[in-house]
Parts: sequence; C-alpha cells; structure tokens
Amino acid sequence: MRLHLPRLAMEPLKPIPAGVRAVLGASFFALFVVGWGLCTWSGLVPPLFLASPDRTLAAGWALLTEFGFLGDIAITIWRVVGGFLIAALLGVPLGLLMGAFKPVEAFFEPFFSFARYLPASAFIPLLILWAGVGEAQKLAVIFIGSFFQLVIMVTVIAGSTRLDLVEAAYTLGSRRLSILRRVVIPAAAPQIAETLRLVLGWAWTYVIVAELIGATSGIGHMIMDSQRLLDTGQMIFGIVVIGLIGLVTDVLFKALNRRLFPWATL
Amino acid sequence: MSERELRIRGVTRTFPGQGRAGPTLALQPTDVTVAPGEFVAILGPSGCGKSTLLRIVAGLDRPTDGSVTLNARPVTGPGPDRGMVFQSYTLFPWLTVEQNIRFGLRERGLPEAQQQEIAARFIARTGLRGFENHWPRQLSGGMQQRTALARALANDPEILLLDEPFGALDHQTRELMQELLLEIWEADRKTVLFVTHDIDEAVFLANRVLVMSARPGRIKAELPIPLPYPREWTVKTTPEFGRLKAQLMAEIREEVRKAAVA
Repeated sequence: MRLHLPRLAMEPLKPIPAGVRAVLGASFFALFVVGWGLCTWSGLVPPLFLASPDRTLAAGWALLTEFGFLGDIAITIWRVVGGFLIAALLGVPLGLLMGAFKPVEAFFEPFFSFARYLPASAFIPLLILWAGVGEAQKLAVIFIGSFFQLVIMVTVIAGSTRLDLVEAAYTLGSRRLSILRRVVIPAAAPQIAETLRLVLGWAWTYVIVAELIGATSGIGHMIMDSQRLLDTGQMIFGIVVIGLIGLVTDVLFKALNRRLFPWATL
Repeated sequence: MSERELRIRGVTRTFPGQGRAGPTLALQPTDVTVAPGEFVAILGPSGCGKSTLLRIVAGLDRPTDGSVTLNARPVTGPGPDRGMVFQSYTLFPWLTVEQNIRFGLRERGLPEAQQQEIAARFIARTGLRGFENHWPRQLSGGMQQRTALARALANDPEILLLDEPFGALDHQTRELMQELLLEIWEADRKTVLFVTHDIDEAVFLANRVLVMSARPGRIKAELPIPLPYPREWTVKTTPEFGRLKAQLMAEIREEVRKAAVA
C-alpha cells in the first residue's frame, strides 16, 4: 500500500475527502490499541494495573455471558434516558419561556446561574439520605447535573432569536403567543436539539458517578465490584462499553437532527 | 374619501442617549399624506431617518410625538393591514417558499384550500413557480425578496411598506425586481410607501417622490413624477426621466454632503 503523502499536504481549513477522513479516524483507534498492547504484552505495565487488550476482551465476554452484564447495561441506559428525559421535559419549556419573556428570565436566571455550579456529584450523599440508593436517587443526580445547565443554554438560544424575523411575523399579523409558537420555537429548535445531544453526554458521566457510590446494579456498580477483585480487564471493558454507547447515541442523535431540521443543515 | 388614506401628522423620533452621548433627534416633525393607490417614494441619504419613519408607520417603532392613522384608524402597533418587506432577508428559514407565503394566511386562520389557492396565485405572479418547496437558503437574494414580496402581498394589506427591499441585490437583479414590482402595482394599484436612496429607482417606480434631509430628517422637497404608466424600462432613457433625475440629484447632493461631514 502506497500512501500519497503530497495529497495529504495540509492547508489551513482545507476540507478532505470522506474516505481519507474515515481512514485517518480509524487509524488513530488502531494506533491506540497497538500502543496499549505494546505496554501490556511487553510487561512494561503489570496486569495488576492494566489488562492487555485480549484479556480485556476475554473479561468482557465473561461479563456478558456469565455475569449478566447486559442487564447492568440496560439498567444504566434506562437511568440515563429517564433522568435526561425528565430534565429535558421540564428544562426546555422553561428555557424557552425565559428566553422569550424577559421578566421570567429576570426571575429565574440569577438563581439558576448559581445552581448550575453546584456539583451534582456532591449531592450524592444528601440524595442517598433523602431518597435511599434506589432509582429515584440515580435520576435525581442526573437531573441536578443537567437541568440547570440545560435551562440556561436554552434561554440563551431562545433569547437570540433574530429580531427581524419576529418583526416580520408581527407585520404578517402574528400576536404574542404565535410569535413564541411560530417564530421563537422553530428558530431555536435545531440548536436546542444540538444542546440536548451535549447534555445527554453529560448525563452519562453523572450516572456512572451515582452508580459508583451507592448502587447494586449498573455499569458503574460493575466497575466498582471489579476493583475489589482487582480485575482491570473488566473495569476497562466497562469503561469502553460506556464510550461505545456514547458514540452510538451521538451518531443517532446527529442523524435524527439532520432529518428533523433539513433546512438548518443544507 | 379623504378618510381612506395614510396620514402622518407631526411625527418626531428622538432616540435616548447612551452613556455620555446625549439623545439623538432622528426625525423632525414630519407630515405626510398618502392617498389610496398612490406609489410614494421617500428618497434620502443613508441615516436620514427614512427607515425610522417607515418603521413608525409599520408600528414597529413608536413616534416620540405625533400620530399615524391609516384609513382613520390610529396606528398603535404592527398589524397585517400594513405589509412590509425589509432590506434584510427575513424569510423564515424553517419554512419552504410556499409555507412562507402562507404564513400570514395561516395566522388569520384561513381554510387550507384557500391558503393554497392564494399562495399559488402569488407564486405565479412573482415568478416563483418551480421553487415552491425550496428552503430560503437555497434561493438567491433576488428570489428571496420575490418570496418576501409575495408573502406581504398574499396577506392583502391596505398599504405596502417597502424598506429598501432591493438594496442588497446586484444592479441587474434590482432592475428586474423593480419591473416586477411595477407590474404588480400597475395591475393592483395597491398603496405603496417605498423607502430608497436610489434616485433612478424612485423616479422609475413612484408617482410622487419625497426628498428627506440629512439627519435629523425632515421632508425637504416633494416632486411629482408625471411619467405615464405602464412604464417600461425604456422610460429611463427619455429626456423627461433625465430631467426629473437631475432635479432630485440637485436636492439630494447637498444632503449627502451634509450627512458625510456630520
């Protein structure tokens, strides 16, 4: 295989063909695994600290076939989606109202700007006290972690609706509520969808933190259990699974946004 | 009969000062009357307050003093009786050409079939056939402004307010759009108030031109354009057109100079 290096000569901001992009993207994955293998197979890093790629895969296979890891994956996905949906169902409408109506924004914004800096993970001890170690506590961690951020971001998006479009709608006979329904919301929708994609990513970090501390099931709980057994293969497999699920949802979310808002991505 | 007109009486506009700068007087007391079916152009150097005056008529801005009435009803805010086309592209990017044109009709709650029928009529009249399902960003500037014009006309407003609608277009497209607008006006004789800084455009389209002074704006001259309708582009080469243009140029040069040093 001969690489045509001159063709890859880089110019600032110059786009590259899709094929080249895919090859480059895959090759770093490969390089990473090779580097990992060299470190472990050579004995440079002892297996107590880092399992080799093949040991990790074997541990993963055992997890899936013998220890019911699929059930853990399912429960973690359920928690992420549940907490994310509750945050989105409450946060998006509130953010839209705050962006569109300045008195609503003035009322909530200072408190929310403060609340979004409260670390969700620091609430875990309190939440365990209030809600135990059940599902409500997991959902609450995700909710606290994503709700305030989401509201503030949707507020900014809705608040930056193009004023000339609002004025055009007024001259066509729109009234206040239809400005919200037929201008602010459709104008903000693609960016809100993009924001939801980001927030879903954050929800994944919160759920694992919640599962590490007080849980009897889930990917985070499995990772914690494996630590007690010093099984780095299982731990790494768990982390990789989270990464893969994140990647897949991200791709799906992007595809959905492109389908829903063809006018924004043309 | 005199009730059915646009009446601007003693309208002034002062913008409040920002920081240390004092308030800015944008518009001196202005009186304008536009009769039904007239095509009136407001000509002035940039920054003279002509757009402010139009926005006040549209109800998008409030006069500091004075009043605007349309067909004896005072203007207190924006409404579908005063259709507007802006210089900037204001099509809703999430709606197709056809949906954009139906926006006002849907807002009025017209039945679906009627909306379609009206939209189809204005799509044909503005030369947009074949582009019904395009998104605005797929259109050239000229096509976007055709759609904006169709959207305003479909609502059947009592007066059409045009704020330099062809100002962002290239010269050839602008001339084409002027002919399209003229053709529509000649057929419907809908009242038009047209703001521009282009002398040729004002003379070619309007039956009366109001010249505004440099800021703070006031109507400093008025010139009837007695060129007969229907007008063809060839009218631009006639001596009469040249004479009217020269007259307006003399009026406006002085103001442009004032605006440039201000």
